[in-house]
Amino acid sequence: MSELPSPPPDLGYTHALNRALHAEMAADDDVFLLGEDVRVGASGVTSGLMPKFGPERVLDTPLSEQGFTSFGTGAAMAGKRPVIEFQISSLIYLVFEQIVNQAHKFSLMTGGQIQVPVTYLVSGSGSRFGWAGQHSDNPYSLLAHAGIKTVVPGRPADAYGLLRSAIRDPDPVAMFAPSSLLGSTDVPDSGEEEIVPLGEANVLREGGDLTIVAVGQHVGTALEVAESLSDRVDLEVVDPRTVYPFDWDCLRKSVNKTGRLVVIDDSNRMCGLGAEIIATAAEEFDLLAPPKRVCRPDGTVIPYALALDKELVPGPEQLTKSISAALNL
Amino acid sequence: MTREHQLALYRSMKLIREFEERCLEMAIAGEIVGGMHPYIGQEAVAVGVCSNLTERDFITSTHRGHGHVLAKGAESRRLLAELLGTLEGFNKGRGGSMHAADMRLGILGANGIVGAGGAIAAGAAWTAKARGNSEVVVSFFGDGAMSQGVLLEAFNLAAIWSLPVLFVCENNMYATSLRCDSGLAGNAARRAEGFGMVARTVDGMDVESVAGVAGELIERCRDGAGPAFLECLTYRFFGHHSVLEQLGVEFRDPDEVATWRKRDPIVSLGERLGDDAVAEIDAAVKNEIDEAVEFAKNAASPEPKDALMYLYSGTAAVRPGVVL
Ligand SMILES: Cc1ncc(C[n+]2csc(CCOP(=O)(O)OP(=O)(O)O)c2C)c(N)n1
Repeated sequence: MSELPSPPPDLGYTHALNRALHAEMAADDDVFLLGEDVRVGASGVTSGLMPKFGPERVLDTPLSEQGFTSFGTGAAMAGKRPVIEFQISSLIYLVFEQIVNQAHKFSLMTGGQIQVPVTYLVSGSGSRFGWAGQHSDNPYSLLAHAGIKTVVPGRPADAYGLLRSAIRDPDPVAMFAPSSLLGSTDVPDSGEEEIVPLGEANVLREGGDLTIVAVGQHVGTALEVAESLSDRVDLEVVDPRTVYPFDWDCLRKSVNKTGRLVVIDDSNRMCGLGAEIIATAAEEFDLLAPPKRVCRPDGTVIPYALALDKELVPGPEQLTKSISAALNL
Repeated sequence: MTREHQLALYRSMKLIREFEERCLEMAIAGEIVGGMHPYIGQEAVAVGVCSNLTERDFITSTHRGHGHVLAKGAESRRLLAELLGTLEGFNKGRGGSMHAADMRLGILGANGIVGAGGAIAAGAAWTAKARGNSEVVVSFFGDGAMSQGVLLEAFNLAAIWSLPVLFVCENNMYATSLRCDSGLAGNAARRAEGFGMVARTVDGMDVESVAGVAGELIERCRDGAGPAFLECLTYRFFGHHSVLEQLGVEFRDPDEVATWRKRDPIVSLGERLGDDAVAEIDAAVKNEIDEAVEFAKNAASPEPKDALMYLYSGTAAVRPGVVL
């Protein structure tokens, strides 16, 4: 894949997504990409696809999210495998009807007569620090709630492997790519070509004292915190990777071993992903202490001023505090 | 138009009418549980348009979709079986009246959300075009749908990409109770022209006019001339939904309804065909519907434990909502 012109290889996560798109488009002629400014690759994620696959497979759409989202549904019903890139995570609110009420429901409503294999690629989800109220949301819990297969990869290798699985899946799948990882050079793209199945969590660090479930960019946060506390406690870090369907078996094993649970997740608190994980743990797992969650406040709207933005987005300090509370440190 | 063609149009319209009259009774009796949106009066539109389509062409339909689905060639007995929520229905009892569709006939869903089909139609048309095929897509919707933004977005996509879609607006003058002149600014066909589409308006109570003009527009689509728009002026003889019929809610002037009923598309084509031909078709259609009722009433119901079957294509395990 060395002939790819851009994005620069040090943008690990972006590069991994870009490689996955190249690979899936090369593997299957029915895969095509549509979205705003995808031909020039404005986000970096779609770079180089237009010169390689041509205008028939890389479609710049007008600014009509509702139209092009259901356009994807129709194209899929007629036999294609569209990947739709959304420029802003909050645009998902505009197309809730088209994803949740249309694409998702056809398989059941038609009694299995049809499937809708569309991938919704929401790159740049979450706070971008300084992008304020309408560009900083992380609406994956909403799609998970509605039953849309939803992935939030925390590392470049998973971004690569899960995007390929998402495109191959016969159902609609949403992938949320955290904005703080997209621009990051911290974890380079390993160049791995492994396909990661949907619905499988990953235990990134083994430990016996407490389980941290970390989603998206917080996988990195959790690993750092676990390392920084390693002289005092032995922390296990679980990355669900797919938030719906969730790998409950993996988490059950982990929590039944450690007996303690902290979830760090960049959703709003009320009805967010963390709420579901903790509820299930309380109902079904062997807990030695009340579980904790680190998340955004209820109904968060991210303010512009950087200090306020940072205040509302979960981070390592809150995670450390929650771990200490759960362990009575 | 040949007599044979006229007979086929008559038969198709009569089938829809007979089917729907029977369904309306069953809906009012509570046998069709969610009720139905009757198409009675509008048959000439579905039949005229679909008479120009092959099984490989696609349609998107609406909440008032029985007519479109039957005109596209779906079996009446399986449609009725669907309305009764049985496994013999196209959708195995998971769709019901508002979603009943046979995908093998290219019916990309009857849709309960007003205006939702247009963009789906555009996507299917793009796929057909990208594959180099000559299929066209017809998207049916009402005058009420003309106020939905997503439909206008679909017009734009179809026009800029020159897609083979015929947008068919069934202007029955009402969106539930809202009269078209209070709900639609300007004029439907002129709006479509604003997107650069060829747009025509026809008498939707005359099946031969609908078939003729739709035929011209569909040929243009097939030839690669891009999307077109057809407005059919029509009327529904019954209320918006069987529930309103049950409640006796009527918001239209009875004289207006009576005037339109005099323009019944089935009666007027029947008059041109002559009594004998009509009597023969009527009897055959009645027979078919009797058999459909028998078939549907005897069909098995799905198992409650399978309520979420087909939601996902694979094995994605859905956890129960009530943990015992
Ligand atoms: C987007 C949306 N809004 C409201 C409704 C409720 N509703 C169902 S049918 C209907 C009227 C539709 O009118 P029109 O498009 O003219 O079709 P008609 O019923 O006359 O065939 C309404 C308001 C809906 N299903 N979808």
